[in-house]
Amino acid sequence: MGENVQNINADLKKILTRERRNRCYLISILQDIQASRGFLSGEDMREVAKFLGMPASAVWGVATFYNQFRFTPPGRRPVRVCMGTACHLGGGQLVLEAMARELEIEIGGTTADREFSLERVACIGCCALAPVATIGPDVYPRLTPPKVEEIVVEIKADSTAQDVAGSGQ
Amino acid sequence: MKFDDIYRQSRSNWEALYQGQIVHILVGTATCGRAAGSMAVLEALRKQIEGLPLEVRVSEVGCMGLCSCEPLVIIIKPGGFSVCYHHVTPQMVPQLVEGYVVNDDPCLDLALGTVTGGDGEPVEIPELERFAHEKRLLLRSCGYNSPLEIDHYIACGGYKGLVKALGMKPGQVIQEVERSGLRGRGGAGYPTAAKWKLCHEAKGQKYVICNADEGDPGAFMDRVLLESDPHGVLEGMAIAGFAVGAQQGFIYVREEYPLAIERLQKAIGQAKEKKLLGRNMAGSRFSFDIEIIKGAGAFVSGEETAMMAAIEGRRSWPEHRPPYPTEYGLWGRPTLVNNVKTLAYVPLILQYGAGWFRETGTAQSPGTAMFALAGKLVNTGLAEVPMGTTLRTLVYDIGGGTRSGKQFKGVQIGGPSGGCLPETLLDTPIDFDSLKEAGAIMGSGGVIVMDENNCVVDTARYFTDFSRQESCGKCTQCRIGTFHMFGLLDGITRGMSSVVELAALKELAADIKAGSLCGLGRMAPNPVLTTLRYYDDEYKAHVLEKRCPAGVCKELTAYYILPEKCERGCDHCVLACPAEAIFSDENGLKIVDQAKCTKCGSCELVCPPEYNAVIRLSPVSLVPSGRRTRPEAASKES
Repeated sequence: MGENVQNINADLKKILTRERRNRCYLISILQDIQASRGFLSGEDMREVAKFLGMPASAVWGVATFYNQFRFTPPGRRPVRVCMGTACHLGGGQLVLEAMARELEIEIGGTTADREFSLERVACIGCCALAPVATIGPDVYPRLTPPKVEEIVVEIKADSTAQDVAGSGQ
Repeated sequence: MKFDDIYRQSRSNWEALYQGQIVHILVGTATCGRAAGSMAVLEALRKQIEGLPLEVRVSEVGCMGLCSCEPLVIIIKPGGFSVCYHHVTPQMVPQLVEGYVVNDDPCLDLALGTVTGGDGEPVEIPELERFAHEKRLLLRSCGYNSPLEIDHYIACGGYKGLVKALGMKPGQVIQEVERSGLRGRGGAGYPTAAKWKLCHEAKGQKYVICNADEGDPGAFMDRVLLESDPHGVLEGMAIAGFAVGAQQGFIYVREEYPLAIERLQKAIGQAKEKKLLGRNMAGSRFSFDIEIIKGAGAFVSGEETAMMAAIEGRRSWPEHRPPYPTEYGLWGRPTLVNNVKTLAYVPLILQYGAGWFRETGTAQSPGTAMFALAGKLVNTGLAEVPMGTTLRTLVYDIGGGTRSGKQFKGVQIGGPSGGCLPETLLDTPIDFDSLKEAGAIMGSGGVIVMDENNCVVDTARYFTDFSRQESCGKCTQCRIGTFHMFGLLDGITRGMSSVVELAALKELAADIKAGSLCGLGRMAPNPVLTTLRYYDDEYKAHVLEKRCPAGVCKELTAYYILPEKCERGCDHCVLACPAEAIFSDENGLKIVDQAKCTKCGSCELVCPPEYNAVIRLSPVSLVPSGRRTRPEAASKES
């Protein structure tokens, strides 16, 4: 555990380098922290505030303004359903509802085992393949509610199989 | 090294590639290609060519704009035709390699057509009708030249415009752009040279910003350009920097475009290596550096003053203009902000001349327009057409019309800031001024086609929801106005409104327009105003009859299984229904229990097409009274 904490702080040190001690790097610092941790914690933001010599409330103000930043840990496989125009017209709302139903979580929520989190995103730029969703790094094109059911069942079976294989070793 | 030497070197590298006996296989791996599975195809191709007795080279390229045909593979044979294949899967790879790479069978059943052009000429597939209507300036080598190789760009004429500009006076460069009549492609169509002149005349340190914050849901032209031809944008920025006297440029890209960022970074590195960027570039005394700034996801950042706030590390709030950024911009310095496409035209204008650019398009809007075609079209993807082309050509000749022959309903141009135009306005020529007159805007260039199964009220509600969520909160009319506009539209889609609300909607739309500082608020009512203007009858149907003609608005629509069409024994709908709302009556005919139905539409999708028994009824009172819910006794039994 102790080692873990040290690792995390080493992470932060790597991001908060001297040449970035300028207000204009605030957003890119927050982006890097989120890339390494998956979310922004209150402690991290206080550290950033101290580092840049600005009030923690100002850091919080910037972070909450932008859609990219999240303040709770995401699932291991974040599910993002595109809500761009093309996806909306192609039934994106139904796809989102189907995802929520199949994963048994609310939009914006994370499953109890931290495996999946579900969020709606603005256009991911694959409008020609609408409606789309991404699960982890994979893009799933032309979704329909029945297809969502299939995919989720498949992925859940897949991760259970991996868990079984992992515990067998 | 002088540019001539750099060019000669790149050219000879390129010729060694293309004039020898090497077979080239190009795989489109832009984001849309990847989503369709092109990385698996790439891997399969690389494996398949191992150990072949021929020299074969597999390269990753960008996107040709034929998104509905992805994954695309082009095989270029020395002395033979270059053939483009569509919807390629890893299973097709052995056949393609055996057929056309090793032997001379072009596998015509899998081919889309032959590929012509390249080497600086626009790449086209003449077999496809759409290319007869397109004119590709910016897209000329997208999906053909590798975005990962600066040699390809230079060998096909790249960086010549920059070198030419560096040999002129900044004022002359601005004059050339002025003569070309280039107007900003960010949406408003402001003359580019006028902006450049203002910035040129300002004193002190200056900056150039390339606006690549393509936030409009439904537009992806900038992404494709950055992923397929990043050097064109870099060259344009450097020319702009030289013309206005700036030494530092920033590209503000959405973080949702990781591949574009990766390819830009690579391109910047290569350009610096060749001394075409950085200190004393291309042997001149001019220095220009470019930094990439990743946006953090706020639609309002696309507005220029808001974007500068974001680069400075603040909340992305727009400021009053004037003073304009050309006078007081980033960190209070004069700043030039141009869109990706605007900057990408600049090298071509310098290289081929203003007169050449004016040959395309109309007198008031010269050049081409680039559109992202999406929605209910056959050929979704990118299109580049001369300004002045009609919407009809864009939708029918290039887009191929609506899918499966559904009735065309309308076309939404310019996203949440644009408007929705009906069939009667399809002959409107596409240029900045004509579209504005019709109530839409060129905007970002997203074109979304709607058919009879799309509801315009629902679409207006969708765009208002978007504006409401993305409103930065600075102006009251925008922050609270869009909130209430959404509420009014939501009420209409739920059948809870009367004509009073329709009148209120119009009044509110005018107030939001008048009381907002930036384009987001000022244009947010456009989708509502244009739909109210052109689709009055659909609004009235919702309000007066509680009927959604498209069967989209859930509260006003019911799913119903036609007893005369239901096959009884197939049970597809029963199994697919997540709410367990479908049951059989005493004759085995399926019935949707309206009390349980969540209107997810699964039953309609899975009902085999030979029966096609599931239909949508609106208003809900159309469902026959005997077939609405499960009878009490039966439900207790189960």
